[in-house]
Amino acid sequence: MSDTRPPARTLAEKVWDDHLVVKGENGSPDLIYIDLHLVHEVTSPQAFDGLRAEGRPVRRLDLTIATEDHNTPTLAIDKPIADLTSRTQIDTLRNNAKEFGVRLHSLGDVEQGIVHVVGPQLGLTMPGITVVCGDSHTSTHGAFGAMAFGIGTSEVEHVLATQTLPLKPFKTMAITVEGTLRPGVTAKDIILAVIAKIGTGGGQGYVLEYRGSAIRSLSMEGRMTICNMSIEAGARAGMVAPDQITFDYLEGRPHAPAGEDWDAAVEYWKTLQTDDDAVFDAEVFLDADTLEPFVTWGTNPGQGASLSDTVPDPSTIIDPNERASAERALEYMDLKAGTPLKEIPVDAVFMGSCTNSRIEDLRAFASVIKGQKKADNVRVMVVPGSARVRIEAEAEGIDKIVEEFGAEWRFAGCSMCLGMNPDQLAPGERCASTSNRNFEGRQGKGGRTHLVSPLVAAATAIRGTLSSVSDLTTETATTETATTDAATRTETETVEV
Amino acid sequence: MEKIDIISGVAVPLKRANVDTDQIIPAVYLKRVTKTGFEDALFAGWRNDPDFVLNQPAFQNPRVLVAGPDFGTGSSREHAVWALRDFGFQAVLAPRFGDIFRGNSGKQGLLTGQVSEHEIEKLWAAIEADPGVAVTVDLVERTAVLGDLTVPFQIDDYTRWRLLEGLDDIGLTLRDEAAITEFESRRESWRPRTLPVK
Repeated sequence: MSDTRPPARTLAEKVWDDHLVVKGENGSPDLIYIDLHLVHEVTSPQAFDGLRAEGRPVRRLDLTIATEDHNTPTLAIDKPIADLTSRTQIDTLRNNAKEFGVRLHSLGDVEQGIVHVVGPQLGLTMPGITVVCGDSHTSTHGAFGAMAFGIGTSEVEHVLATQTLPLKPFKTMAITVEGTLRPGVTAKDIILAVIAKIGTGGGQGYVLEYRGSAIRSLSMEGRMTICNMSIEAGARAGMVAPDQITFDYLEGRPHAPAGEDWDAAVEYWKTLQTDDDAVFDAEVFLDADTLEPFVTWGTNPGQGASLSDTVPDPSTIIDPNERASAERALEYMDLKAGTPLKEIPVDAVFMGSCTNSRIEDLRAFASVIKGQKKADNVRVMVVPGSARVRIEAEAEGIDKIVEEFGAEWRFAGCSMCLGMNPDQLAPGERCASTSNRNFEGRQGKGGRTHLVSPLVAAATAIRGTLSSVSDLTTETATTETATTDAATRTETETVEV
Repeated sequence: MEKIDIISGVAVPLKRANVDTDQIIPAVYLKRVTKTGFEDALFAGWRNDPDFVLNQPAFQNPRVLVAGPDFGTGSSREHAVWALRDFGFQAVLAPRFGDIFRGNSGKQGLLTGQVSEHEIEKLWAAIEADPGVAVTVDLVERTAVLGDLTVPFQIDDYTRWRLLEGLDDIGLTLRDEAAITEFESRRESWRPRTLPVK
């Protein structure tokens, strides 16, 4: 352990210190050991090529696991992939896994799915470990008190060859969220509000630690949603200190420690709290009590507002770059300043992605749409995060609720979050999406994305315009009480069609 | 990796903030399994706009991209670096970079120099006054020189050294293999294993 740091340390510094293989000197980076390397088809082919060219093996096959997710179809997965380039990429991963001996969960396998859903559900993701993957949303795993971050393909090759990475120490930022979330407000709204507050570059160079009573009261799924989007604030990693909720989630999972190992692990994990007198390099506070459902209006995840708000007026933004960015965003999104966000109609709703495709997310979505019909002109797609989540949801009847609602129930994968497979928006189409990025063309060339929570996605799918669950409740109450008010009744009926 | 010290060539102003890696290369181009030939994919969403800066006659065969703040945020796709490199870019200057993009660039010999917003605007003005003008990016001196204008840029010492020497990261790390093996011998048994090694 480092003797140069003061004794009081943050969670991130503790995990860092415990993975220090070689301390960097004279400006060199530290060499950090990697406990778990997740691999998928898109960012690995060139890394395996590099190993082959140098005649290097994978150093630790027992710390490496691969799955197919980014470029896989979510329909007809028993048939050969129609797109030849995509099929070649999947075949390349299969051949590489076979040649090098990497464990792979292929399409059709019960453990296949989005890499950031698969790791936690297998119990591979645990507190106090380091996790990397050639995917920026690796920050997800920080929800367990792991240090987890995305890497590029050169680094994928580096980890395959050495099980380490040369890294400069990060700065630390505390994001403290105190209070109690109101009904209809979720983890997704917290993180969208955080990003709107600190901006897409606010976390650059930092590891974020999410703290406070609102974070402590979240489930593991909620914490994963928050840590997942740390990268949208520019931070490579986000973390939550482990607690009983973490231990309860992990215990009994296939790769979780058992017996004496479990006891030893829990004893260590309990030390993974930021010390009371530790100092963060930066601190941000957010009030959970006043938080409302949040939605993005622009083309980066920092361009968001409360759903009850209006599309902002770029001319009121002082920073010239931000103003130009907002002007460009409104043009791309085809939105006018001053329009109430709740009046924006959508063409599609996407329920899925590594941000919000776990069983709890599907349950939340299903609880709102149960017994309802989707708005006529809206296409709704529900994509479970993994084959196992899909099976679990079907056992609970969620697939039936989704289908009776008029939505599509798909096979697991990244799907319309990044539009690599056929699940894409058409040019000009507008989507309420539970994913993580509203970049231009992200969900399909010319597509327009509003980032929302699963609850907002569900309410929006029912009403056809960006909506919160409370908008539905108001209508139900109106139907029950104001039977003599013809105008209200008509409005309610229209909405419920 | 080839050694880099001085880069000289046409500078292109990209006057936008928050150019994420989805804009640098859209996901549909990530299906390829090769590491070269991505020049057609660079800024693919914008290239069919005749007014886009890379379509202007003055900015053909560019070497240095001069971009707005938060360039290369978002996805970890190293394809963004490959696309810039394959198109001919050898350096990007911007006030802020996405962390992963900057790291990827350093591994692939693309120089990323951090320049203050104020100085970036001076560079933009100088380029627009003389479109097609060449800039000289000097990694030894950490400066970008454009006519009479000399602008300092920041790059961390370690990345600079690796670029100047053209060093391969894996080779450097494997010099410490004994330390890695020793670390592994101390690894606690509760830590994750993906294979059933009982």
